Amino acid sequence: MTDQLAGEVARDTEQTPEETPAAHRRGEKVLRRIISNPLAVFGLLFIVLLLAMVALAPYVAPHDPAEQNYLAIEEPPSVEHPFGTDSLGRDVLSRTLHGAQYALFLGVTIVGIQMGIGVPLGLIAGYYGGATEAVIMRIVDIALAIPGVVLALAIAGMLGGGLYPLIVAIGLVGWRDFARLVRGDVKSVMEEEYIDAAQASGAPDRYIISRYVLPNASASIIVYATLTLPTVVLWAAGLSFLGVGAQPPTPEWGALVADGRDRIDTAWWISTFPGFAIMLTVIAFNVVGDALRDALDPKQAR
Amino acid sequence: MSSPLLEIDDLHVHFHTEDGTVEAIDGVSLTIDHDEVVGVIGESGCGKSVTALSVMGLLQSPPAEIVGGSIRFDGTELLELTTSELDSIRGNDISMIYQDPMTSLNPVLKIGFQLTEPLFAHREITQEEAAERAVAILKECQIPDPERIMDSYPHELSGGMRQRVVIAMALITEPKLLIADEPTTALDVTVQARILDVLRDLREREGMSMLFITHDLPVVSELADRIAVMYAGNVVETCEMERLFDRALHPYTRLLTESIPELEETQDVLPSIAGTVPNLIDPPSGCRFAARCPQYIGEECSRRDPELRRVAGVDRQQVACHLYTEVGSESPPWEYGAAEPTEGP
Amino acid sequence: MYKYVLRRILVMIPVLIGVTIVISSLIYLTPGNPARIALGQGADPESVRALEQQMGLDQPPHVRYVDWLASAVQGDFGESLQTGTSTTALMLQRLPATLELVVASMVIMLVIALPLGVISAVRQHTWADHSSMLFALFWLSMPSFWLGLVLLMLFSVRWGMFPISGRGGAIVSLTALSYLVLPAIANGARRAGLLTRMTRSAMLEILNENYIRTARGKGIGEKAVIYTHATKNAMIPVVTLIGLQVPQLFSASVIVEIVFAWPGMGTLLVDAVFQRDYPVVQGLVFMYAVIVMIANLVVDVTYSYFDPRISYD
Repeated sequence: MTDQLAGEVARDTEQTPEETPAAHRRGEKVLRRIISNPLAVFGLLFIVLLLAMVALAPYVAPHDPAEQNYLAIEEPPSVEHPFGTDSLGRDVLSRTLHGAQYALFLGVTIVGIQMGIGVPLGLIAGYYGGATEAVIMRIVDIALAIPGVVLALAIAGMLGGGLYPLIVAIGLVGWRDFARLVRGDVKSVMEEEYIDAAQASGAPDRYIISRYVLPNASASIIVYATLTLPTVVLWAAGLSFLGVGAQPPTPEWGALVADGRDRIDTAWWISTFPGFAIMLTVIAFNVVGDALRDALDPKQAR
Repeated sequence: MSSPLLEIDDLHVHFHTEDGTVEAIDGVSLTIDHDEVVGVIGESGCGKSVTALSVMGLLQSPPAEIVGGSIRFDGTELLELTTSELDSIRGNDISMIYQDPMTSLNPVLKIGFQLTEPLFAHREITQEEAAERAVAILKECQIPDPERIMDSYPHELSGGMRQRVVIAMALITEPKLLIADEPTTALDVTVQARILDVLRDLREREGMSMLFITHDLPVVSELADRIAVMYAGNVVETCEMERLFDRALHPYTRLLTESIPELEETQDVLPSIAGTVPNLIDPPSGCRFAARCPQYIGEECSRRDPELRRVAGVDRQQVACHLYTEVGSESPPWEYGAAEPTEGP
Repeated sequence: MYKYVLRRILVMIPVLIGVTIVISSLIYLTPGNPARIALGQGADPESVRALEQQMGLDQPPHVRYVDWLASAVQGDFGESLQTGTSTTALMLQRLPATLELVVASMVIMLVIALPLGVISAVRQHTWADHSSMLFALFWLSMPSFWLGLVLLMLFSVRWGMFPISGRGGAIVSLTALSYLVLPAIANGARRAGLLTRMTRSAMLEILNENYIRTARGKGIGEKAVIYTHATKNAMIPVVTLIGLQVPQLFSASVIVEIVFAWPGMGTLLVDAVFQRDYPVVQGLVFMYAVIVMIANLVVDVTYSYFDPRISYD
């Protein structure tokens, strides 16, 4: 409440110094807020590192990730193999590095699909309201009623397993939160008067939605996409771990963890290091997503 | 003269925001005697609520910071107390009522519970005695059917009723000082009148002191003995209520009193004060009203912040304006009387 | 109150029907002939045809759906293609184990997240707050299957404190409890991390409310302000937040069950998916959905218990 007072006092007494364009100042503020958060900086650095791994893995990895070496089965971490080797003598470090490509690829495409389904549905539901909204929200409810992993497992399984079935399955299961989020944002934008004005002046719906409604919702969509990516990565890893996702010998991180599953007592490194990679990636995206959310709307209680 | 009940002396409060430090309160001094009602008026953002919350210790410490001054209540320096020491005073000797009755009460607790809380916190009292006292105070606040109200939840009551409950809650411990922060602002006019009735009634009966904050001059004129005018974090004038309309000395006060629309005449253009309130993150040196002051004297006004000083020969009037110091020593540029030279505080 | 519950159940029915349609459509995702895929490449045409008939695949989809629905309503989910036993019996046999795991992980989640979230909010900006948030971040970023493996590696293999896999019978004994500990932690940890953060947010919002300032102004003491006033209000959004975690707890339990060879619905489901045991897959998906919907209903009712502004009629 005193925060509110402070804000009121500051706002009431603020005068625009010069005519700096509002958007420019705002962008600056957002950036400033993100940089001042040390955790977020770490996250960003890690993501940069991740992207570097994706691009450079083939050159940087000490060994060929698919190269099997029967003389070096299940060897503990060493100089030659910093993360050790797995049951087929493959170098775990190289496989983990290559796994970054799959993690990012899966993350981006799946989130893309989720947005591709969820955002339009949310826009339509929020904009048209009434029966349309009710129907769409019912569908969301139905999608929500079945626990995510269960449904994704069933879909991916029926499709026969593999990378693309995995993408389809998680994409189909995870769009519902985007729909709800966007619908909520759209509804609050709809309360604004300029929407009435635009509609009254005869502008076509599509124009209004793309020009007025979508940009207002875009901030939270971006934040949510950033925060959903780690969840998607976890899901993809989990389903690959179960065997319905990435198939061997694809070095997807979840599958790598599964490789070591029966060997945790004797060769713990096979599962542990890829798992760490997953964890660090998830932390990095979560932290950046949080910082983005706080930066765009600091009134969120943090 | 007996010592005042409340003595705020040179209070400075800053708010640390992302955009800078807001110097919200810049040396506010105010006293309230026993059995006296002091009204505080000013525009939104002038610091009236912040002053009140400072007395009660209810400012949230980031972002607010009390950087200087003193607040003495009945001889005790409030700013030096620990939270639990302060707890034994607030709700007990000093109580506060707030602007928005719709959100001032806890929605999940019954009225009776919230009402008797101060009693249990500050007195040795049994359940029955507390309940009796609660019903009695509800009656005094003109709340019908008090027993049923005790057993209700806040959302079951109207805004006016809730505000009366808030008042009852503040008065149940018979405080020496009641701080009222814009208690009628959020209510419509008829309800407003009701609330003012209650307050006036209680004031007469209990002989309690009040600090009444509002931006609505007519409202406070019915209740206050003395009035303090605040602008941009300073008290610019204090005087007796009756003298305000005829004897205001500060240019800002004068403009305020002139801007109240007359009921009898029709006016084409409502008088307003040109300009805007200064930015408190980087406040101007000198008088904060200088930029908008129609009586702006010259460089002195922009350079030195005038102190609040007593007006000679006039009981209980103070003004902070260079018109009445060595710099000006002119009569106020409006009808009545010659200015009396000012003395020290 | 009963009318409220009844109304909520009525609302659930169309959703449930939608769910059944989704379930029934799953089989059509299979590229190629589901029956042949189930029996394997070398199966002879008659067996394939027989299976098609049994599965209702020779019927148009809506007829097949109605048949399935009609049986399902009576509690008959067909027979497992693998073992020939009643699907319903299989599912019911596995149900207690899964429920046990989910409830245990929910307890762990609540015991960690609620106090930590409240304390972080009350002590905002202090080291207690920062370290709790880092702690929460740490736990919510761990893949549950990996956490499970790490726990096994450390506590079962290396230090022998807990058994490696399986379940030790119904929860009544201490032995059974020792089997439950690691899986419950693995399942609940990520949810605990998330709930801690959300509880903190909810609590912070409440602490900023005007009625908290009013309570403080009454001089009742900071403890009373936090516990009598703030926490009671915080329960309202927190119950909703807990409700959001429930489907996720069931979701994650599938994977955790595999890691620990926990004999619940999850292990059955994974097995059935790989074996193309369609009746079992369909039955299990349905059962998971029903359980989650019932759990949501319980959460809704609890919510209205905490908030006096909601009326039951």
